[in-house]
Amino acid sequence: MRSVINYIKEILGGLRTLWAGMRITGKYFVRPGEIVTQKYPENRNELTMFDRFKGEVIMPHDENNQHRCTGCGICQMNCPNGSIEIITRKEMTPEGKEVRVIDKHVYHLGMCTFCGLCVKTCPSDALAFGQDFEKAVFDPSKLTKILNQPGSTIKKDVK
Amino acid sequence: MAFNIYDFTEFTRSIDTGLKNSMSSGWAMFVEYAIIGVIFLLVYAVLGLFLVYAERRVCAFIQNRLGPNRVGPGGILQTVADLIKLLMKELIPIRNADKLLFNIAPFIVIIASFMAIAAIPFAKGLHAIDFNIGVFYVIAVSSLGVVGILLAGWSSNSKYSLIGSMRSGAQIISYELSVGLSLLTIVVFSGTMQLSGIIESQANGWWIFKGHIPAAVAFLVFLIASTAETNRGPFDLAEAESELTAGFHTEYSGIRFAFFFLAEYMNMFIVASIAATVFLGGWMPLHFGTGNAFNHVMDYIPPLVWFAGKTAFVVLIMMWFKWTFPRLRIDQLLTLEWKYLLPVNLVNIVIVAFLVLMGWHF
Amino acid sequence: MQEEIVKNVILGEEDDYVINMGPQHPSTHGVLRFEVSLQGETIKKVIPYCGYIHRGIEKMCERDTYPQIIHLTDRMDYLSAHINNEAVCLCVEKALEIEIPERVSYIRTILDELNRIASHQLWWCAMGMDMGALTTFFYGLRDREKILDIFEESFGSRLLHSFNTPGGLMHDVHPGFQKRIKEFISYFRRKLPEYDQLLTDNVIFKERSVGIGVLSREDAIQYGVTGPSGRASSFSCDVRKIEPYGVYDRVNFNEILRTEGDTMARYKVRISEMEESMKILEQLVDNIPAGDFTAKMKAVIRLPAGEFFQRVETARGELGVYIVSDGNKTPYRIKFRSPNFSNLFIISKLAIGFKIADLVAISGSLDLVIPDIDR
Repeated sequence: MRSVINYIKEILGGLRTLWAGMRITGKYFVRPGEIVTQKYPENRNELTMFDRFKGEVIMPHDENNQHRCTGCGICQMNCPNGSIEIITRKEMTPEGKEVRVIDKHVYHLGMCTFCGLCVKTCPSDALAFGQDFEKAVFDPSKLTKILNQPGSTIKKDVK
Repeated sequence: MAFNIYDFTEFTRSIDTGLKNSMSSGWAMFVEYAIIGVIFLLVYAVLGLFLVYAERRVCAFIQNRLGPNRVGPGGILQTVADLIKLLMKELIPIRNADKLLFNIAPFIVIIASFMAIAAIPFAKGLHAIDFNIGVFYVIAVSSLGVVGILLAGWSSNSKYSLIGSMRSGAQIISYELSVGLSLLTIVVFSGTMQLSGIIESQANGWWIFKGHIPAAVAFLVFLIASTAETNRGPFDLAEAESELTAGFHTEYSGIRFAFFFLAEYMNMFIVASIAATVFLGGWMPLHFGTGNAFNHVMDYIPPLVWFAGKTAFVVLIMMWFKWTFPRLRIDQLLTLEWKYLLPVNLVNIVIVAFLVLMGWHF
Repeated sequence: MQEEIVKNVILGEEDDYVINMGPQHPSTHGVLRFEVSLQGETIKKVIPYCGYIHRGIEKMCERDTYPQIIHLTDRMDYLSAHINNEAVCLCVEKALEIEIPERVSYIRTILDELNRIASHQLWWCAMGMDMGALTTFFYGLRDREKILDIFEESFGSRLLHSFNTPGGLMHDVHPGFQKRIKEFISYFRRKLPEYDQLLTDNVIFKERSVGIGVLSREDAIQYGVTGPSGRASSFSCDVRKIEPYGVYDRVNFNEILRTEGDTMARYKVRISEMEESMKILEQLVDNIPAGDFTAKMKAVIRLPAGEFFQRVETARGELGVYIVSDGNKTPYRIKFRSPNFSNLFIISKLAIGFKIADLVAISGSLDLVIPDIDR
């Protein structure tokens, strides 16, 4: 008789735990207010990322099309896998001295691991992280970007 | 032609006499069969598409997300798009597979579920095959599907498929017992196996209410056993995605996979409608006793709506099972059947027989 | 030739039914291959093959300077990325014998515990999904998003941070850091009982995990199974208690030990660890001292010649970092003792005699992250 009672208790106990689990899923089934997904391409206008989001490395230019990069090459030395290439050229200043300025700051987005060392070690704070994250392209050569815009010059007060 | 949504017998009889007047009796029968065949094909396909969409929506809401909502208004055409994609896929031939068995396995599964759906009473008078052994016929025919599953696993010439189909074969054959015995309780209550007779006997209340505790136990056992019969829910280890990639239908692609997929959902529908018919009253509205005002109010809702609502309720419960519980292992599944469900069923039948003898049900 | 020798030696009889749960499989959490030799449904032998995602991280570290190797360690055990970074930073700081500010230690410990909770949440998702309860995947991920939002607000990336650097942190945390953590703790405290209701108490789950894959204490010590898997066999191996680093010696928390050693014990240890981590967070979040976020370091870091070792407790076990330096700015050799490598090979002992479904359950409860095995 004892084994029959245990048997029935087993069945009822099992059913009770199953019902407890079903209550949780049932609770979420009838609450569409708890839906956590967003309809992505339609909500691009309202979508804001956090300020520090690491979307890509950019060189901020101000309204006079000036940047802060001196072409020193410290970011290239610090990049662990060679995603940055600095190409410089020589230029004559109005005083007659020959200085080195940045010609092209080549950034391979396809190889970058977003470690942040280039942004951190730049002595003139020329680089920053941008927030654009839609980077998928069909052509891999589009992933090699030149960070300084054409015709831009360096700001006056950068050492 | 009187089109009465409460009783289709007039409608079907008028079509029958109309056909018999215009052509000879043999041709009239042939045309009737053709019409019913085409209607069932359409109903099968459309219901299947709708059930797949409903499952995806239900599962999405349970998981705090939206589900298909872009293709068509509210995502209704999503399954149509999936069907077109499946139709366009390449049918990959398998080397060293048994070609005949490989090709006919999906058809056997579909034919078995077609034969079962023909016997379901959708409304009063909308009943294609009304055998006097209705319940027996439905159970017998729906178990032909297991042949298709075993053939699919064997002829695929792949170890995963073989394991999947052997597991599934053992599972389906064991659970047929429980399905049959739990339906037998209601047969004992109502005294007839004819499906329309069972429905008529629920005119003063559904069996799940009239038969109180034994009928409720039988309903629960039937739900569990039929989820196992259709390879669904916590019993889906034949196609367990996280273990065997896709079990017995791994090697099928394109339209053949669509057949298996569709047959699984339609089997769920058939089993749900049998549960609704036998336990919950089929197309019979909710009545308590006979001839009172409540019954009159309930009679206003057409029987087709009652049938659809009850089937939807049982389908929803089966989907709820699937998305909540982890999977059972094969030996635990067989233990559940042989050590728990079968003894409970047998004791239940004895109790029901005793109750009917004593007249202690409503 | 090699393959044939291996096959003949290991797999034994000719008429064994050998199944390959190949590198591409929905449930092996990464690229791992199991060769399973079956009799009916019962497993006779399991051999795991790893190495499909070997990237040569230790060799790559030999050509990078010390601040540059941090971003590579992220990608070993990516679910406890911060803890991996911290291990290398602590080793370098120990070698240079510099003092890091208090604030840095507090923030590092807080982020460690957040990372531990996030990793255990992902483990819970995957465990439920392997067992067949597909909704647990979404519930765990939904709760994990709150932690990932905290990370994204402070560092900019959700999973692979590279936030640590030898000497301290890259920059200071976001001003709303403490408020967000408190919000998260109160949110997750409400959700954790739901996890129990959905999976832990479920009779089907109990049938599939109690008594499956029992790991004895001697085996755990011999094979070096650390982390929650070892603690479930009462092997007391928590590095946070044995050799405290950061501020672990100043907080109050329990080391969760269980004696059964089966899958259910490993499961329960991890769920309790999530609760303990929340306790640690509560003790630390209000007391972060003000200060610098990094110590003063030279521009080029050179370690003195010698050998240095540091161990930390990741979410999966004990990670050891061993640096051999010859005085240059790059290490001569760096070796990582990864926890998952030791945890993996216990499967061949645990799974014998059980069914295929149990193999999936056991490897889910051991919580393996494959890139950590192959580095």
